[in-house]
Amino acid sequence: MAAVQGGLADTNEEKDIKTEPSSDGFGNNNANDGRVLSTSPGSSASAGINKSATGAPEDQQTLLAVLQFLRKNKLTESVEILRREAGLPEDSPELKGSDSSGAGSGGAAGSGDKEGGDASSLLSRVTISSSANLATTVTSSVTAAGEDQPDVNVVLSAYNQQGDPPLYQVYYSGLKKFIESVLDCHRAELSQLFYPLFVHMYLELVYNNHESEAKAFFEKFSGDQECYYEDDLRVLSSLSKREHMRGNETLMDFRTSKFVLRISRDSYQLLKRHLQERQNNQIWNIIQEHLYIDIFDGMPRSKGQIDAMSGSLAGEGKREANKAKVYYGLLKEPEIELPLDDEDEEAENEEGKPKKKKPKKDSMGSKSKKQDPNAPSQTRIPLPELKDSDKLDKIMYMKEATKRIRLGPDNLPSICFYSFLNAYQGLTAVDFTDDSSLIAGGFADSTVRVWSVTPKKLRKVKSAADLNLIDKESDDVLERIMDEKTASESKILYGHSGPVYGISFSPDRNYLLSSSEDGTVRLWSLQTFTCLVGYKGHNYPVWDTHFSPHGYYFVSGGHDRVARLWATDHYQPLRMFSGHLADVTCTRFHPNSNYVATGSSDRTIRLWDVLNGNCVRIFTGHKGPIHALAFSPNGKFLASGATDGRVLLWDIGHGLMIGELKGHTDTIYSLRFSRDGEILASGSMDNTVRLWDAMKAFDDLETDDFTAATGHVHLQDNSQELLLGTYMSKSTPVIHLHFTRRNLLLATGAYNP
Amino acid sequence: MAEERRQKQCSVSLPTESMKAMAESVGVGQLQEESCAALSEEVSYRIKEIAQDALKFMRHGKRRKLTTNDIDNALKLKNVEPLYGFQSQEFIPFRFASGGGRELYFYEEKEVDLSDIINTPLPRVPLDVSLKAHWLSIEGVQPSIPENPPPAPKEQQKVESTEPLKVVKPGQEEEGTIQGKSQGATPADGKGKDKGLIRLKPRSTHELSVEQQLYYKEITEACVGSCEAKRAEALQSIATDPGLYQMLPRFSTFISEGVRVNVVQNNLALLIYLMRMVKALMDNPTLYLEKYLHELIPAVVTCIVSKQLCLRPDVDNHWALRDFAARLMAQSCKTFSTTTNNIQSRITKTFTKSWLDDKTQWTTRYGCIAGLAELGPDVIKTLILPRLTVEGARIKAVMEGPVVSNIDKIGADHVQSLLLKHCASVIAKIRPQPDNMEQYRTDYGYLGPMLCSHVMKARTQAALQAQQVNRTTLTITQPRPTLTVSQSGLSGSAGSRTPSIIKVPSSLTLMTPRPGTPSQPSPPATKYIVMATSAGASSTQQVITLSSSQSASPVTSTVPSATSTLQPLVKLESGSGPGLTSSRPMQKYIVVSLPSSASSSLETKSSVLPTSISTTPLEAAMKLDRSESPGASTQSPH
Repeated sequence: MAAVQGGLADTNEEKDIKTEPSSDGFGNNNANDGRVLSTSPGSSASAGINKSATGAPEDQQTLLAVLQFLRKNKLTESVEILRREAGLPEDSPELKGSDSSGAGSGGAAGSGDKEGGDASSLLSRVTISSSANLATTVTSSVTAAGEDQPDVNVVLSAYNQQGDPPLYQVYYSGLKKFIESVLDCHRAELSQLFYPLFVHMYLELVYNNHESEAKAFFEKFSGDQECYYEDDLRVLSSLSKREHMRGNETLMDFRTSKFVLRISRDSYQLLKRHLQERQNNQIWNIIQEHLYIDIFDGMPRSKGQIDAMSGSLAGEGKREANKAKVYYGLLKEPEIELPLDDEDEEAENEEGKPKKKKPKKDSMGSKSKKQDPNAPSQTRIPLPELKDSDKLDKIMYMKEATKRIRLGPDNLPSICFYSFLNAYQGLTAVDFTDDSSLIAGGFADSTVRVWSVTPKKLRKVKSAADLNLIDKESDDVLERIMDEKTASESKILYGHSGPVYGISFSPDRNYLLSSSEDGTVRLWSLQTFTCLVGYKGHNYPVWDTHFSPHGYYFVSGGHDRVARLWATDHYQPLRMFSGHLADVTCTRFHPNSNYVATGSSDRTIRLWDVLNGNCVRIFTGHKGPIHALAFSPNGKFLASGATDGRVLLWDIGHGLMIGELKGHTDTIYSLRFSRDGEILASGSMDNTVRLWDAMKAFDDLETDDFTAATGHVHLQDNSQELLLGTYMSKSTPVIHLHFTRRNLLLATGAYNP
Repeated sequence: MAEERRQKQCSVSLPTESMKAMAESVGVGQLQEESCAALSEEVSYRIKEIAQDALKFMRHGKRRKLTTNDIDNALKLKNVEPLYGFQSQEFIPFRFASGGGRELYFYEEKEVDLSDIINTPLPRVPLDVSLKAHWLSIEGVQPSIPENPPPAPKEQQKVESTEPLKVVKPGQEEEGTIQGKSQGATPADGKGKDKGLIRLKPRSTHELSVEQQLYYKEITEACVGSCEAKRAEALQSIATDPGLYQMLPRFSTFISEGVRVNVVQNNLALLIYLMRMVKALMDNPTLYLEKYLHELIPAVVTCIVSKQLCLRPDVDNHWALRDFAARLMAQSCKTFSTTTNNIQSRITKTFTKSWLDDKTQWTTRYGCIAGLAELGPDVIKTLILPRLTVEGARIKAVMEGPVVSNIDKIGADHVQSLLLKHCASVIAKIRPQPDNMEQYRTDYGYLGPMLCSHVMKARTQAALQAQQVNRTTLTITQPRPTLTVSQSGLSGSAGSRTPSIIKVPSSLTLMTPRPGTPSQPSPPATKYIVMATSAGASSTQQVITLSSSQSASPVTSTVPSATSTLQPLVKLESGSGPGLTSSRPMQKYIVVSLPSSASSSLETKSSVLPTSISTTPLEAAMKLDRSESPGASTQSPH
C-alpha cells in the first residue's frame, strides 16, 4: 500500500498552490474563500499573492488604477501596502512592519475594532466615490491581500452605500411590481432576483444600523421568498445588529461569493431597461456588486426548470464551471493470473473497484484492451501497486461476481437489516468492508467498534516478543502470527475524544479510518486493533471521511469547509479542496480514484480533481444540507441525498442534473448503487429503505440531447414509476447501506425504542 | 401561514425581565432598561446561533432529538466552555413556579441524602451495544416477522375502514398501496392513467399467506383447546402481535360463530375461552377493532344475558362468565362508543328493557344488572338505585316465598349480592352520613337493611384507605432523585431498565373490591411503575402502578365497596370522588403485593407488567368458580 513514489506528493503540492485560486468558477472570490476558510495561512496567503502578481493583465491594470486613485487622495501608506502586497515594483520594505492604523487598507486585517472601523469608513468613501466595478475590485483585492482572517469590516463595507433606508421597501416593491407585470415567460427567471436582492438589501440596512427599517423590511418581504430558503432566512432574521455580522458564517458566505443567477438575454435586457428607466440605482448597484448574472441566449427557462436548479446558498453553478473535461471512465483493470483457478477465465478485473459489473462485462466480452476514451490514463495519479493479497482478493471478488444475482425491476434484492441494539441514540456512523465480512460503527461516546459478521473471529497479531518465536519460513505464517487468545466477535477502538461522525474501511481490510468531532482523522490497524496515525489538520469537527477505492489515499471534510486529500503515509494533506461556503458534510471517491465528490451544507455538490485540486463540477439543486453521495459503478453518474428528502441524479460527464427521486420524508443518510448499477437504494431517517430503478432513470435522459446542449434540465416527475419498493423498518433510521458482492443489500441502523 | 411563522421567528427574543433576573443572580442590581434590551437582543442572537450549530451536530449524530451534548459541542465550536451538569435523566429538567405575578422555570436541585444513595444497590450496568440481523425484505417482499413493523398501522386500518371510497388519481394509487405492494401485491402500473378520476373501492386482499393460515389454525386451536399453557401463549400472542389485522375478520367470525354454537350447547368452558379471546383482541394496541364490533358485541352480550350458559345452572359458576363479559362490554363501551355508533346508550337500553320485563329469568336479570353496573357509578345511580325497591320485593318473594325451585333461589341470591356489591359504594358516595337502618328500609325496601350494613362497611373502608393512601402518595409523588420514571410507551424496555427502590409501608396491602378489573386499554397518560421492597422482610414485594390522567390530583379519598375478606392481593382505588361525574376513574393506584412464595403473581394492568403466571389449567378453572376472581384468572395469560 505504501508503495507510492515519494516524489508525487511534493510535486502535487506545488501544483496545488498554483491552481488553487482558480479552482472554482467563482473567479477572484475564490481567493476570499481561501482566506476565510483556510487554516494554513502560509500557503493560501502566498496563493493570493501569486494570484495578484501573476494574474491576468487587466487585474494589473485595475490595480494600477487603484494605486493612482489612492495616490490622488494622498493615502500614501495604503499605496505602499497595496503595492507591496501586490508584488509590484518599488517595494519599500521598511514600511512592512508599520501597523496600518488609519490607512484604510486591507492590511488592517485582524487589527482592533476601532481601527477596523476607521478603515472601513475610509474604504467606504472610496467605494462610494469610485465606480461600482472598481469598488469591488478594491475590496476583493484588498481582501485577497489580507491575512487568513478576513477583515470583516472591509468585507462588509461594500454595504456602506447609504441609500435612503425607508425607500428600500419602495425599491423592492417597485421591482416586485415590475416583475409581476412582465410576460409570463420572463417572470420566472426574473423572480430569481428576489431572494438575493432581498438578502443584500436587508444586510445593507442592518449594516447601516437601520434596525427598525431592516426589521420592517424583513417582515414585509420574507414571506415572498421561496420556501427552500427558509433556513437561511431564519439565520438572517436573527441577525439584526451590525455587530452580529462579524463572524456570522452565512453572512460571510453571501458577501464573499457572488450569487449566481442564470437568466436569458431577453429577460436580462428587460430588467436592465426597467432599472435604467426608473433610475433605480440602488438595486442596480446591488446587482452589479453582489450578483453574477450568467446570461445565456435562448428560451427563458420555466419555473420548474429554475426550481430544480436553485436552492443553494450562492445560487446556481455557473455554466462554465461545469465545462471542464472529467475523465469519468474507469481504469483498466490490471491483469491477474489466476493460479488457483483451473478454468482460465481471462483475469480482467477492475482493480480495487468493487462496484462494477457492466464495464467489466464489456471488457470481458471484447477482450480488447482498448482504453475507454473517457477514462483517465492509468498513471494520471500514482496508485499503489497490487500486493499478492490484493490479487487474491480480486480473485475472490471475481468468483463472487459470477454468482451475482442480476437485479432489475422484476428481480429486487433481498435486504438484510443489521440493527444496533442498546445503542441509546449513540450510533453515528457505519461502514461495511467491501466483502461484507466486517462492520464498523462509530459512536457518540467516541468509541469505534468493529464486528465480524462472519464466523471468523477478530484476532490481534501477537506481541513482538511472541512474534520472534514463530517460524517465519512456515507456509501458514500468516495464520501463526495471530493470537488466538484475543479472538472475539467485536473489538472496541478507543482514541477519539468526541463523537465519531465518519468511518471508512480500506479496500484491503487492513485499515479503518474514523473522523470525529475532536478534529482528527484516525487510522486504525485491523491487525493489531490499535491506532496508527492521527491526522490533524481540520481544527473543527470532521464530518466524513472516505478511503479511495484503490487504497492509500483518503479524503476528509468537516466544519472548516475544506475537504482534504490525504495519503496514509503523509501526516499533512496532499490537497485542500476549498470552495464550499459551508460545512463539508460528506465525501466520496470516484471509482477511478481521480476525483472526489463533496457535499455540503451550502446545498451544493462539488467534484474535485485529485490531480490538480481543481473544482471541476458544481451541482446545485438540493434544498438542504447534503448527507449522502454515491457514484454509479460505471463512474458516469452521481446520486446525492439531502435533508430535503430528495435524491438527485447527476450526469458527471455533461454536468447535468438528470433525475429527481421524491418519496422520502426525512433526511437521506445513505445511498448505494447495486453492483451492476441497476438499482439505487436509499436509506433515510424516516425509517425506510427505498429501491429505485436507476437504469430507467438514466436511460430516460440519455436520449435527450437538448438538455445536454443548453444545460437546462427538464425533469419529468416520474419518481413514482422509478420507485420499486419501500421497506419500513421498526423505528430504526437507516444510516448505511451496502450491496454485497452478490448483490444482497445490507442495511444498518440503531433501534430507537 | 408560513409568513406568520417567519414573523414570529424574527421577533422572538428573551424578555428583559430575564436579563434582570440573571443580572441579579450574578450580583448586578439596578440594570438599566436600555442595557437590558441591548443585552437581551445580543443574548438571543447568540443563543440562536448556538442552537443552529447544535442542530448540525444533531443531524450528523443521525438523531431527531437535540441533546445537551449537541449544545455542548456547539459551544465548543465557538471556543466556549460547555455547560456541565445537564445530563439529566428526565428530558426536560425544569420545573415551573409562579407567584407574586412572576412566572419562572427553574432547575430543581434536590437535597440528596447520601445514606440513601449509598444504601441503594447499584443500578445494573446498561446492556452493551449488540448487532442483530433480520430480513427486511426477501426478493422484494417484506416478511411479517416481529422485527419488522406491522404491515398496516392502526391509523391506516382506520382510514381504510372509514373511507372506503376515495378518488383515485392516476399515479396517486401507488402511493396509497405502497404497503400493499411491498406485501407482494402486483403493482398496478399505469392502470389508472387512462381512466382519469374514478371512484374506486381500494382493493383489499382477503387471502392469507400459508404462514398466516397456519398461525390462525394454531391460535384458534390453542385458544379453545385443553392445554392452559398453550392457551396462555396464544392469548398473549393475540394481545401483542402487531401483524394480526389481516386475520381480524377471521377471528371475529370465529368468536361470533363459536358463541352462537356453544350457547346452544351450553358449553360454559368454551364460552369463557372465547371471551378471553375477545379480551386479548381488545388488548392488542395495533388492531382497529371498530370494523368488527357488529360481530363481537352480540357475542359478548349473549354471554352476559343468555338464559342458560351451562348444563347445570345450579352448580356451574356461569355468574363469573357474566361478570367477565359485562366488564368486557363496559370496556368496549368506553373504548369504542362514539356519537355516531352510540354503543353505550344502545347497550344500556337493551339491558334496561329486558331487566324491566317481569318474565325475565333470574340469570338474564343478573346479566342485565351486571352489565349496567359495570358501566359506572352514574349508570348505577340513575338506573339501578331507583329500582332497588322493586327488585328487593322480587327477591323477597323468592327467598321467603313458599314454593320455589332451587335454581330460582340461587339466582335471586346472586342478584341480591350483586346489587349489594355495586350499589353500596355508590350509595356511600351520594347519601349523607348517618346510616339509619330504618331509613334505608323505607328508601330501598327489602334490601335496605343489608345495604345499610354494606354501606357502613364501605365507609369505614374508605376512611382507612384514604389514610393509607395519603401516606403512600406522599412517598410516591415526591419526585425523588432516585425515582425512575418510565413512560408507558416504553413498557417493553422497562424490564431492562433498573427500577429504583423506594420504601413503602408494608402494611399497605389491602383487599380488592374488584379483582383485576379488565380496565380499558391504558390511556396515554403517564404511568409510573414503582418497585418497592419493604425494609426488613425480604419476602414481600410490592409493585405500585400509578397511572394518572392529566388533570387528576394525586390525592384520592374514596372508597371502593369493600367486600369480603379475601386474601389481600390487590388494592384498587378509584379516585372518582363524589363530585366527579365522569364515569372513568381519574386516577388509580393499584398496589399488588406478591406473595412470598412467588408461586403465583397477579397482573394488574393490561400490559404493563409482563408477569408470568404459573397456574395450572385446573387452578384456572377453579378460579372461575370462585365468584370473586374471574378477572384474575382471565388476565393471567398475559
